[in-house]
Amino acid sequence: MTVVGEREVGRGRRRKEDARLITGAASWTDNVSLPGMLYLAVLRSPMAHARLAKVDVSAALERPGVVAAFTGADLADDAGGLPCAWPVTADMVGPDHRALAIDEVRHVGESVAVVVATDRYRAADALEAIDVEYEPLPAVLDMEAALADGADLVHADKGTNKSYQWIFDSGEAGTGGDVEQAIADAEVVVTRRFRQQRLIPASMEPRSVVVGRQGEQWTMWSATQIPHILRLMLALTTDTPEHEIRVIAPDVGGGFGGKLQVTPEEVVALAVAKRLGVPVKYTESRSEAMMSAHHGRDQIQDITIAADREGNVKGLKAVLLADMGAYLGLVTPGVPILGAFMFNAIYKFPAYRFDCTGVFTTKPWTDAYRGAGRPEATYAIERIMDELAAELDIDPMDLRRKNWIKHEEFPFTTVAGLEYDSGNYEAATDKAMALFGHDALRAEQAERRDRGDTVQLGIGISTYTEMCGLAPSRILGALSYGAGGWEHASVRMLPSGKVEVVTGSSPHGQGHETAWSQIVADRLGVPFEDVLVVHGDTMTSPKGMDTYGSRSLAVGGMAVLGACDKVVEKARVIAAHMLEAAPDDLEFSGGRFSVRGSPDSAKTIQEVALATFAAHDLPDGVEPSLDSDATFDPENFSFPHGTHLCATEVDTETGEVRIRSYVCVDDVGAVINPVVVEGQVHGGVAQGIAQALFEEAVFDADGNLVTGTFVDYLVPSAADLPSIVSERTETPATTNPLGVKGVGEAGTIASTPAVVNAIVDALRPYGVSDVDMPCSPQRVWEALRTAQGGNQ
Amino acid sequence: VIPAQFDYVRAESVDEAVSALTEDAKVLAGGQSLIPLLRLRLAYPELLVDVSRVEEMRGVRDDGDRLVIGAATTHDEVMRDPLIRTHCPAIAEVTSMVADPAVRHRGTFGGSLAHADPAGDLPALALALDATMAVAGPGGRREAPASEFFLDYLQSALAPDEVLVSVSVPKLGDGWGHRYEKFHRTAQAWAVVGAVALVQRGNGTIDGARIGLVNVGSTPVRASEVENALAGGPATEDAVRSAAAAAGVGTSPSSDVNASAAFRTHLAEVLTRRAVLAAAGI
Repeated sequence: MTVVGEREVGRGRRRKEDARLITGAASWTDNVSLPGMLYLAVLRSPMAHARLAKVDVSAALERPGVVAAFTGADLADDAGGLPCAWPVTADMVGPDHRALAIDEVRHVGESVAVVVATDRYRAADALEAIDVEYEPLPAVLDMEAALADGADLVHADKGTNKSYQWIFDSGEAGTGGDVEQAIADAEVVVTRRFRQQRLIPASMEPRSVVVGRQGEQWTMWSATQIPHILRLMLALTTDTPEHEIRVIAPDVGGGFGGKLQVTPEEVVALAVAKRLGVPVKYTESRSEAMMSAHHGRDQIQDITIAADREGNVKGLKAVLLADMGAYLGLVTPGVPILGAFMFNAIYKFPAYRFDCTGVFTTKPWTDAYRGAGRPEATYAIERIMDELAAELDIDPMDLRRKNWIKHEEFPFTTVAGLEYDSGNYEAATDKAMALFGHDALRAEQAERRDRGDTVQLGIGISTYTEMCGLAPSRILGALSYGAGGWEHASVRMLPSGKVEVVTGSSPHGQGHETAWSQIVADRLGVPFEDVLVVHGDTMTSPKGMDTYGSRSLAVGGMAVLGACDKVVEKARVIAAHMLEAAPDDLEFSGGRFSVRGSPDSAKTIQEVALATFAAHDLPDGVEPSLDSDATFDPENFSFPHGTHLCATEVDTETGEVRIRSYVCVDDVGAVINPVVVEGQVHGGVAQGIAQALFEEAVFDADGNLVTGTFVDYLVPSAADLPSIVSERTETPATTNPLGVKGVGEAGTIASTPAVVNAIVDALRPYGVSDVDMPCSPQRVWEALRTAQGGNQ
Repeated sequence: VIPAQFDYVRAESVDEAVSALTEDAKVLAGGQSLIPLLRLRLAYPELLVDVSRVEEMRGVRDDGDRLVIGAATTHDEVMRDPLIRTHCPAIAEVTSMVADPAVRHRGTFGGSLAHADPAGDLPALALALDATMAVAGPGGRREAPASEFFLDYLQSALAPDEVLVSVSVPKLGDGWGHRYEKFHRTAQAWAVVGAVALVQRGNGTIDGARIGLVNVGSTPVRASEVENALAGGPATEDAVRSAAAAAGVGTSPSSDVNASAAFRTHLAEVLTRRAVLAAAGI
């Protein structure tokens, strides 16, 4: 039981949702079962690119238990084109994207036809009876080849594999100088080509959707991050009016951006349920998730950095090829653009240019994946800073110190045009270096090098920042994004004094129920246990922009705060009436309104709630309700930062990399719940390490996904990860009332370059200056062999 | 798991199992290899014959100078078995490194041998130990030495209507050291390459060696050249290094997403050296 008045914000409370989530008491979409419900199975293309000469479902209809089967042509009128909400340039090439392919398939796993049957097994069996003739077309797999003259085309009608080119140039924008001039004038220029391999989001709960008619609405349960956006997009792309659609995201088991999508399966399930007039369910298998849910990352980054001999950076140029895959998903084109503002990172570069070309290939489409554009940028800048340090023979941390924004220089407008409100890179770095035992590790490294030890030690640095709290609606508008970035909350005082908080930010593992309860408990002076957080249903939480981009707390949490303050102001008027005092004479603290100067004359907020409900004696003109709504639309992003340090042991005989120690000091601003923050950091670091060492979507020469199961797509487990030392500094954000910044993506953004820098640092005496990710033993071994001229 | 339709029968005895087996049937024990094949619809058996509760196929018993391991004994049971730990601790070591705890609690010793995956941990060990497989079929019982059991990729000497009943392994007396060098990218991943070494230590010498290699060909491979080079030689790092250089002889590794053939050959040599050095206590 909470003692009222004890501060909740900042307490390391255990998450109130966890008991339900870890004891099998959660409500997943796949648990939803409706009377008469049928099961949908999807036939998926085994070809990367082919013309569909024939799709004949008639034999499937003869199979036991099969109720219906549809081709793309059958549903062409019901299941409209899938939406892309982020046309980044006016002349962006965006292909028609059907939920079920009609004439052509353009990636392995693309939906070709569906079967509806009385159970999942019969539906899956009947897929084998569908007769499809695929006439192979050339697979388009390599981005550079795809852009060459005469290249085979992914979309023949578009005449090009280029979707867009998006450029930011500090000289043109007036935020800095001309980078080409800076490069031409520089004493030292370092160029590198980095590859952001393609990753596959792999949340524990696969995607799942159930659609049925309930009352006057089509109700869709979906394992989605975005119930509100999904509802609107379904209304815009299918022939179903918005008010007749209800979307419910019940407990959702992870997303990482992978469920920030309007999926073909959601659109098809709605179309089929409407066509047949019965409820349908679709739950993907893991194999389907691997090849047909959207992928992440996948860029080629050509980076040029220019500096003087003392290490003062003069300019940075990033030229990117970003693999869109075969189509544009909800925010596909915008993902690399989010990185445009982050290549300059924490540094004061006088000139900067970002030039990104989106390219179509015959692979599953890419889209948001934890960090979305920012991990890619952070990797490139933190890697090239290490390469520049090596070129100049300067300690890599000294190079960073020389170029980063000093704490007294905030607020600071960067060369990319963003205003960083706050930060203290010195403090986070000093703390991290001390925890890491940096000097002792450097001494051991030297000793191992002298000894010629088979196992070499490397130290990797990542001093990152990121932009999160997506997002200021005006900035999103300026970037041509299709919606705003505000968030909404309602706070409802129940007659008994309990509180319902309705949030538009729908969680999928983050811990909103706990954090929101802590904010409300403090603001209203009610016990933590008395707060219920309601979310994830467009009927009960009708307004919201959902959860992605580390925005929930910095945006949605502030809406909760605003709604609480409105409740207090309404209650103040009624309490004053009850106490026969003027509202301005009341103090509100610890859940009690008391008359200033006579503390015994007081009413609790619960007493006020009951009196408001009874409404027997309300002041004139006052409504019998304390319930309040608020929205919050930030004026700026928030900018978490921190210093991650990684020590790796690299076996020079086998190429095996072992992370010896990992220290991170993150500054995510004010913290509502340190346990939640630490969990986010640990998970994020794990995901970033996974990119550095393990995960990669690999395609063969025909465009088949080779890493189609967890046997080959290596998601690390606890056994593969180091013990993580996670500490914090707290430099409050100045752009929201609680000073919070967001923590959902920080670990992922920061950790990948720390690990790879450590690997390269270990091997630099051998002549190695880069290893492509994931840094598998094979790649490390090959890098060593190549550096040693083939003899190893 | 959405497999195609199949029938299921639980056998109470080896005879029941054998009489139920047909050309289109599959033996189900722990299911750790078979169920994924069903799930991916790479196998369409009409009948699964569950042998996991056949009493004769479970547990470990003492058989004089050998141990007999029931084919349906789970990895977890094997690695904790006192007879195994006393008389053949190499089996406990290798078994403890099979996949992850969940797999080890369902997967069986015989199942992973019968599956004959060259990337499996146990086939190379069985080969190195000169294990003997006890097989039951319609014609009665027969024995198959490990050296004749692994025919090709995922292909053992078992006929479709035969079942592996038990595996007999020698008790290696005092003086034998062991080490399994499993090189894998994540804890639960298959071995990219593995080397299991059993070494009989003499007085400053290596008196004998048994070495099995994992995932360097379509079957597990016995590193006979290395064994011969070590036997009777000095127990020194140089001697082991020199002998291990022959680890690639007789291997035919393939290339895949985890490793090229050349890297596998290189790993076989390094891992063989490391396993022998550790097993020999050098």
